[in-house]
Amino acid sequence: MEQLLQQVGAGLANGAIYASLALALVMIFVSTNHINFAQGEMAMFSAYIAWQFMEWGLSFWLALPLVMALSFTTGVVIERTILRPLHGAPVLSVVVVFIGLLTIFHALAGGIWTYTIKAVPSPFPEVAFPGSGYIGSHQLGMIGVTVIVLIALFTFFRFTPLGLAMRAAAQNPASARLAGISVDWMLALGWGLAAAVGAVAGCMVAPAVYLEPNMMASILLYGFAGALVGGISSPGGAVAGGFIVGVLENLIAYLGNVVERTTGLYIVGNGEKLTVALVIVIAVLTLKPSGLFGHVTVERV
Amino acid sequence: MSLLEVTALKAYYGQTQVLHGVSFALEAGGITTLLGANGAGKTTTLRSICGMVATEGAIRLDGEPIAGRATEEIVRLGVGHVPEGRGTFTHLTVDENLRVSAYTRRDKAAARRDRDMVFEYFPILKARIGQQAGTLSGGEQQMLAISRALMLRPRLLLLDEPSFGLAPLIVEEIFRIMRRVNSEAKVSLLLVEQNAALALDLADHAYVLETGRVVMSGSAADVKRDEGVRKSYLGY
Ligand SMILES: Nc1ncnc2c1ncn2[C@@H]1O[C@H](COP(=O)(O)OP(=O)(O)O)[C@@H](O)[C@H]1O
Ligand SMILES: [Mg+2]
Repeated sequence: MEQLLQQVGAGLANGAIYASLALALVMIFVSTNHINFAQGEMAMFSAYIAWQFMEWGLSFWLALPLVMALSFTTGVVIERTILRPLHGAPVLSVVVVFIGLLTIFHALAGGIWTYTIKAVPSPFPEVAFPGSGYIGSHQLGMIGVTVIVLIALFTFFRFTPLGLAMRAAAQNPASARLAGISVDWMLALGWGLAAAVGAVAGCMVAPAVYLEPNMMASILLYGFAGALVGGISSPGGAVAGGFIVGVLENLIAYLGNVVERTTGLYIVGNGEKLTVALVIVIAVLTLKPSGLFGHVTVERV
Repeated sequence: MSLLEVTALKAYYGQTQVLHGVSFALEAGGITTLLGANGAGKTTTLRSICGMVATEGAIRLDGEPIAGRATEEIVRLGVGHVPEGRGTFTHLTVDENLRVSAYTRRDKAAARRDRDMVFEYFPILKARIGQQAGTLSGGEQQMLAISRALMLRPRLLLLDEPSFGLAPLIVEEIFRIMRRVNSEAKVSLLLVEQNAALALDLADHAYVLETGRVVMSGSAADVKRDEGVRKSYLGY
């Protein structure tokens, strides 16, 4: 039982990271119909910058907002300079650009900071708290910070005029323009916010996995899985999907271990987590193509 | 000076030319209607004014050239556009639809007064304020579309077939309100309609478009009496 709860705790912690990335992916997807394959590498790069700031003597809690602001700006600039000229370009060209961005961030990180893995200290103190047998303080902190960021973001989209304008621009760009809204800038802002959310995910996950240029590769896949499970068109669904994938992958590995211990039969273990996650995605998409919380989009012709 | 002056307007969808040198002008304070059969280029003309299609030729708003500018800029200069198909944000509530339409306005107090004004025009919208726009009836969505355009406090309001697909009673109500918008809120109207009889009753000036060219213009009363127009568009 204790092990089970530990697995759920760890699953929620991972899920928080997947949820953040899923949300970052969905924020760009809803307004452009593009999946930013470079989202993970951008988050990785942000984590390196945070690490660099800390090496220079800044505290983590000062480095984090700085890195969020830097990532936000970088996201806006990338959209305005690299993606803007591609408006209306075939999907494949955009995909190539995303893969190019991914490669650039990967090579930059390796070039600047080398490919040797770096241990990053957790910003959360190791203290005993009720339930600390089930979940580590970094895991709890990860969940806490992510949830705060997600709530802040939802508040922004739900209750501020700018958030409303961004939603309108994503939903119906032509009508948003007719309402006087600069849709292009809204897209750029979306990119900035996605990059900032990714930065938080990167900074939170680095102490848990070691900092290295490949750190985000599988995490992005899980985030993508979360987004698809929850509904790629639904930000709330993507967040829920991220948490669901996080908990499920751990539970399934745990159940696999239990089965192996009791019957000696090996079905799934830690090595198959990613496979399991992808199987879940395919299963959900087969049964409900729009995801658990998504709505079917009707193509207007 | 005319409020809107369109000179030798050509418009293209890709390689296809749809407007072949359309010229017309409309005076501030008036109601002008643009008539024509399906596919004549009425919608394209309105889209051209708002910078939504590739064009050649001059478009002036109060003497200021606006051709080639971004749609959102033109809109902020005071051109409201109720597009074909209404263009409401179906996933947003009625309230959000109205608020987002006033997003770029600096004069928030005046925007609140305009909101009261559209609720006075269309009380049903006030009753539906928290409802998702996609769940409204066709008539209510058209009312919302007009209200959204009015929330920008336009000098000129472009309306693309506001009667399309609506029951006669609803159409009558909407046309009654448009007359008030023109006379009370001092908004000039450019009305595109399939329903020529209705449009010619409301308008003081009319242009007839055929395959991307203006083939007739004049006062609404004169155009209404024209035998060709009667046969082609009025059906008697
Ligand atoms: N998006 C488009 N792409 C290509 N051709 C179009 C498009 N929209 C309209 N057209 C063509 O342009 C012509 C004029 O259309 P439109 O302006 O919509 O006419 P109207 O509003 O008078 O019915 C038609 O022949 C139509 O087929
Ligand atoms: Mg039309």
